[in-house]
Amino acid sequence: MGDVLRFITCGGVDDGKSTLVGRLLYETRQLFDDQLEALKSDSARFGTRGGELDFALLLDGLHAEREQAITIDVAYRFFGTPRRRFIIADTPGHEQYTRNMATGASTADVAILLIDARNGVVTQTCRHSRIVAMLGVKDLVLAINKMDLVAWDHATFQKIVHHYEIFAAQLGPLTITPIPVCALSGENVARRGDQASWYDGPALLEYLEEVAPSTRRVQGGFRMPVQWVNRPNSDFRGFSGRVSSGAARVGDRVRASPSGLETRIGSIILSGAPVGEAKAGDSITLTFKDEIDVGRGDVVAAAQDPVPVSDQFQAHLLWMSEKPLLAGRAYLLKIHTELVGGSVSEIKHRIDVDTGSHLAAKSLAMNEIAVVNLGVDHLVPFDVYERDRRLGAFIVIDRVTNETVGAGVIDFALRRAANIHWQALTVDKLARARTKLQKPLCLWLTGLSGAGKSTIADLLERRLHAEGRHTFVLDGDNVRHGLNRDLGFTEADRVENIRRVAEVAKLMVDAGLIVIVSFISPYRSERASARSLFEPSEFCEIFVDTPLLECERRDPKGLYAKARRGEIKNFTGIDSAYEPPEAPEITLKTLASSPSECVEHVFRELDL
Amino acid sequence: MIAFRDELARSPGLRLIVHINHEALSEGINPFVHGSERYTEMMKTVALKQALDRHGFDIAFGGARRDEEKSRAKERVFSFRSKGHRWDPRAQRPELWNLYNTRINPGETIRVFPLSNWTEADIWRYIEREAIPIVPLYFAKQRLVVRRDDRWLMVDDGRMPLVEGEIPQMRMVRFRTLGCYPLTAAIESSAATVAEIVKETVRAHTSERQGRLIDHDAAASMERKKRDGYF
Repeated sequence: MGDVLRFITCGGVDDGKSTLVGRLLYETRQLFDDQLEALKSDSARFGTRGGELDFALLLDGLHAEREQAITIDVAYRFFGTPRRRFIIADTPGHEQYTRNMATGASTADVAILLIDARNGVVTQTCRHSRIVAMLGVKDLVLAINKMDLVAWDHATFQKIVHHYEIFAAQLGPLTITPIPVCALSGENVARRGDQASWYDGPALLEYLEEVAPSTRRVQGGFRMPVQWVNRPNSDFRGFSGRVSSGAARVGDRVRASPSGLETRIGSIILSGAPVGEAKAGDSITLTFKDEIDVGRGDVVAAAQDPVPVSDQFQAHLLWMSEKPLLAGRAYLLKIHTELVGGSVSEIKHRIDVDTGSHLAAKSLAMNEIAVVNLGVDHLVPFDVYERDRRLGAFIVIDRVTNETVGAGVIDFALRRAANIHWQALTVDKLARARTKLQKPLCLWLTGLSGAGKSTIADLLERRLHAEGRHTFVLDGDNVRHGLNRDLGFTEADRVENIRRVAEVAKLMVDAGLIVIVSFISPYRSERASARSLFEPSEFCEIFVDTPLLECERRDPKGLYAKARRGEIKNFTGIDSAYEPPEAPEITLKTLASSPSECVEHVFRELDL
Repeated sequence: MIAFRDELARSPGLRLIVHINHEALSEGINPFVHGSERYTEMMKTVALKQALDRHGFDIAFGGARRDEEKSRAKERVFSFRSKGHRWDPRAQRPELWNLYNTRINPGETIRVFPLSNWTEADIWRYIEREAIPIVPLYFAKQRLVVRRDDRWLMVDDGRMPLVEGEIPQMRMVRFRTLGCYPLTAAIESSAATVAEIVKETVRAHTSERQGRLIDHDAAASMERKKRDGYF
């Protein structure tokens, strides 16, 4: 289908971005008659160009449309010349739209940074440069616009370029192409003009037609993330996916990651027919000479250039949700075709996108960027984003709402993961449980303060103990005196509180115990994350359902009264949220049943 | 168009499900009397929602592209619908790289548009390259048409009442887009082969959906229809 170049335009309306985009569309005859007619009459009525076509008006129409409905979105525009076709990602430039610019940049080959020749490099220029560079766009055009207003002065142009190059040195290796333009008259946009006799470079459109962007440069060998194991019958087992880089031929030696198993390519099927070779961009099915275990999320790569694996990374992360990122909270990560549980173990520093300075942070708000350490639940094949955009990018998904809440790029794998191997032990969970003649279990009681969790937990344990079961109660208040005494009651600390307790409960279940966890555990995400540590049959969420009014009436420890007086901050139910479970295994309504009836209920439900 | 569809449905491995909003039909809904907006809602939007609900599909694929229409330009490749198939253009998931978040909550469904970033010209070049069979209505031919509201409407169906003064005439016309009859107008054209259509498309001076009468019902018409569940 020919060559498509994707680029992003960065800059504000004041820099002439609308005019430049309008000019490109006009010069390549992408504007339809009806649009052009409307533009002519608008230019005559409102234009600032003495009746000449005023392209700002064309896109101003779109701004009005943005205002009324979808203000924070990327608009894609399409145009072509006989040499290449182009997709423009047109994104708003203000700070609150960082995530939109990142979205546009994630698929861009080239970025056009608009600079007003009268103002030079401004804060916005730096912010946009940082975002596009983080997303791996290495070919930047410095479109120094409104050159007519500085009389096409060469020295002004040189000064701006010099300033920018000094700034851009901190962004890593970039290819910067400065072009003096006047979007309004079209000088050096589609065609070279004669106003700047000192300029002998290409016009903008010529540059776009000819550039060989770094995003296209083939690096390394054959790689294909497996999307689907194709097994129509017992005779055929194929592995389908899109070749993300390199090329492969039948007979080539390949290695599957993370298993590390090697084999040779038996056949390559493209569009239903066998072929001898496949290259980057092809969607293919592979068969192997040997039966090796490969699944979705694995990466098949040339054996001499295998894909690294890790479960601990440093990454640049952009947060995109109104709910802040919290270190320790469990999220899902999607990296190439792999979906894996994971969390940010540490926010190393937040980056001020305007100045580049490093700021301390415990959480991340929408549109903020940070350098973080993150861990995932098992080893995943990956590459550093710098080297391979397709294997180094990931998105973060909220476990409860399923929203896409973050996007990141992998800087490198953390060494420590490679050095701490999971120690496989001979005596396992089952063996330990068998000597205790019981099925290990985690009973997770959640509910408001004063709901009756501790009372019920105590009764439950007494009853289990009387039956000769091996038990342990983890109680919120007790644990906060020891293991978690360094934690407070902010959202971030509550998340960490629950993470630690869930890990301890898991160790105890591994030891063969029946663990009763009695914690307010107010957030669904953390309860979901606790659940994910256990086998499905090992975890039982019990909602101790007592209305807030009743809890406050009981107030066994006088805490509600204190919270109401403002003496306790972040008190669940008062000034901190409680998210009731959506599908608990057991719900105990304490208004209708006594504590011992509740325990009876639990025993009826459980197969102990 | 129907004959072409049925022919295609005979290919191995395909199962064609036809769903018609019989309730609306039995109430006598008709584009000439009830207008294009109401007709489209009942026979397309409501019918589609009925079919998706009846079969419990999680995903419906569509061929919509971003270059077609303003509200489509903002739509994601994976576009989510809440219970009742409603689209909220303000609460769309960000879509970076080619990493698609395909997770849905109970009751949600997804509309997927794999051709989002293709243009009309791309489609025709691809049809030409791969020699893909297409509905003959796309090719120019002498057809009986009538001029109404500056558009050419085909007169080949007894259900179409003519307005006083309208005289059907033979014209060389084709369809750039196929919607439901008679809510889609023809254009004057002599392009009778795919190669000629490619040439015509590259040189086109009006937008493709200009012939779709339903797009012109009201300002931001498509966006409203899409919010309600239209494809």
